[in-house]
Amino acid sequence: MFFVKRMKIAIASGKGGTGKTTLAVNLASFIVQENSDNRNVVLADLDVEEPNSGLFIKGQLKKSEVKYRMVPEWVENRCTFCKKCADVCNFNALAYIGVSVLIFPELCHSCYACSELCPENALPMKADRMGEMRYFLIDNGLHFVESRLDIGIEQAVPLIKQTHEFLDSEFSDDDIKIIDSPPGTSCPVIEAVKDADIVLLVTEPTPFGLNDLKLAVDTMKELDKRFAVVINRYGIGNDEVERFCEKNGIPVFGKIPQMHEAAKLYSNGKLLIDDIKEIRDEIGKISMNVKMIR
Amino acid sequence: MVISGKGGTGKTSITASYAVLGGKEVVVADCDVDAADMHLLLKPDFKHKEKFYSGKIAEINQDECIKCGKCKDVCRFDAVPVIDGQYEIDEINCEGCGYCFHVCPTEAITMKDSLSGDFFISKTRVDNTLVHARLAIAADNSGKLVTQVRTEAKRIAEENNIPYVIADGSPGIGCPVVASVTGSNLVVIVTEPTVSGIHDMSRVAELIGKFGIKSVCIINKADLNDDITQEIKRFLNNNKIPLIAELPYDLTFADAITAGKTIVEHDSGMISRTIRESWKKILKTV
Repeated sequence: MFFVKRMKIAIASGKGGTGKTTLAVNLASFIVQENSDNRNVVLADLDVEEPNSGLFIKGQLKKSEVKYRMVPEWVENRCTFCKKCADVCNFNALAYIGVSVLIFPELCHSCYACSELCPENALPMKADRMGEMRYFLIDNGLHFVESRLDIGIEQAVPLIKQTHEFLDSEFSDDDIKIIDSPPGTSCPVIEAVKDADIVLLVTEPTPFGLNDLKLAVDTMKELDKRFAVVINRYGIGNDEVERFCEKNGIPVFGKIPQMHEAAKLYSNGKLLIDDIKEIRDEIGKISMNVKMIR
Repeated sequence: MVISGKGGTGKTSITASYAVLGGKEVVVADCDVDAADMHLLLKPDFKHKEKFYSGKIAEINQDECIKCGKCKDVCRFDAVPVIDGQYEIDEINCEGCGYCFHVCPTEAITMKDSLSGDFFISKTRVDNTLVHARLAIAADNSGKLVTQVRTEAKRIAEENNIPYVIADGSPGIGCPVVASVTGSNLVVIVTEPTVSGIHDMSRVAELIGKFGIKSVCIINKADLNDDITQEIKRFLNNNKIPLIAELPYDLTFADAITAGKTIVEHDSGMISRTIRESWKKILKTV
C-alpha cells in the first residue's frame, strides 16, 4: 500500500474576470488528459451566482438535485403573539405586525432560533428552494459538479455548503478536486475555499489586479490557507504583481501569456490547452507545482 | 444609475470614465466593496473615514462559562469549536444570529458589534465626491456595506443638489448586487461577446427585470466574436434593452489602468468618442 496525498485545489481571486474559470477548466482537463496517477479528477463550480465552467466542457448528466434551505413558516392558530420570535431574530427576517407574523425569507439565515425558541411551536422550519446542483461525467473522463443559485435568491453560502457536502459524500480523498470559486473576498469565497489544501489566486498584471490580489492574500492569511499566485494575461500592464510576489515570498505557480487567440477561443467556450501549446505548457507547469506541494 | 455585469468586462473603466465626464454633476459610489478599484483611477483624498459596523458576533466570557455545551448544540454554523476544553467562538463562521446568546444559562455570551469595513467619503482628482469602502478581511455583510455606500452617496447628492449618482457594482446576482441596484433608476449592463459574458448578462438582466428597473447595455470587446455579438443584440432586442455602445477588444484599456488614468483621458480616438456618446445617451435616458 502506498500513501495518496489528499489534493483539493481551490481557484480564487479578489477581482472578477481575471481567469479563474479559464484556469479551473483547463487545469482540470489537463490533469485528466495526462492521467499520470490514475486518480479521479473532480471539478466543482462553486461560483453559484454565475457558474460558467460548464460552458467549456460537455458531457452526460448523471444526477440533478434541487437544493433547499430551511426557513420558518408561521402557523397562525398556534401563535399566541408573544413576539419572542421577532425579538430573537437578529436579521429582521420576522416582523410582528398587527395580528400577524410576517416572514422575509430573503433575510433569513436559517439559524433556527425563532423556530426552536417559540414556546408554542408556531414556527416550524420548512424547505425553501434556493437552486440546483448537477453532476456530469464529461467526455474526457472529468467529473463535473455545478451548483446554480436561483435568480432572486441572495445568499450563496448555504448552496455552496451543501455542494461541499455532496462532494465529500460522493468522492474520496483519493480523488483530485478542483474548486472554481466566486470572485471577491467576502462570505461566498470563504465558504468555497474552506477545506482546500491550496488556493491558487489568479490575477492579472495591472494595478487593479495587484490591488485585488493584495486583498485576496490578506484574506487567505486570515483563513490560514496555503496559497500561490497564477498570473493571467501575462504581458499586459507592468511587473508590479511579480515584484509584490517576490518581495512577500509568495510562489508564482504559472504565467499564462496574453494572446488574442486565447481570448477568441475563450469567447467560443473552447479549452485553451487543446490549441495553444504555450498555454498547455504553462498549465502543465502549474499542475506540476501543485503536485509538488507538501 | 448602476454599472453591472460579469467580472473583467470593464465596469470600473467605464464608471470612472463617466465620473470624469460628469465632473461636479455626479456623485460616484464604488459599490464593489469586495474588490474596490475606483480609487486607483480617481485618486480620492480619503478625507472622511469611519469604521462601519454591521451585524453582531458572539463572544464567550470564559469566567462565566460552565461548559454545558448548549451554545454548541444550537449553533447551525459550526461556530463554537471546543479548543483545549474551552468553548470558543470561530469568528469567521459566526453569523451573529444570537441563538447561543439566548440559550446560555449563565449569560456567559455577549453579542458584540462586528466590524464590516472602512467607509470613506472623498473628493476625487476630477472634483466629484466619491463614496467608497473597504470590506474588512474575511468580513460578513458586504450587502450592508454596499447599502451604506449607496445611501450615503444618494444623501450627499440630494443635500448638494447634484443630479446624478453613478455606482460601480460587483459581479454576480447575490446580496451585494441586489443591495447596489435597489433604488436605482437605470442599470448599465456591461457585457462581452463570450459564452460566459452572454450567460451572465442574461442572469443579471432577469434579476433587474424582477426589480422593474430600466436597463441599457454596453458590449465591450465587441469585435472579439461577431457571432456572439449578434446573439447579444438579438437578446437585447427581444428584451427591449437599448444598446448604447460597442467597444473594441483593445489593450488600450489595460494601458490606461496601468497609467492610472481613465480610458477617456488616455485615449483620444474612437474608444473615447464612443464612451462620451454613450454618456450623453444615458443622460437623455434618465
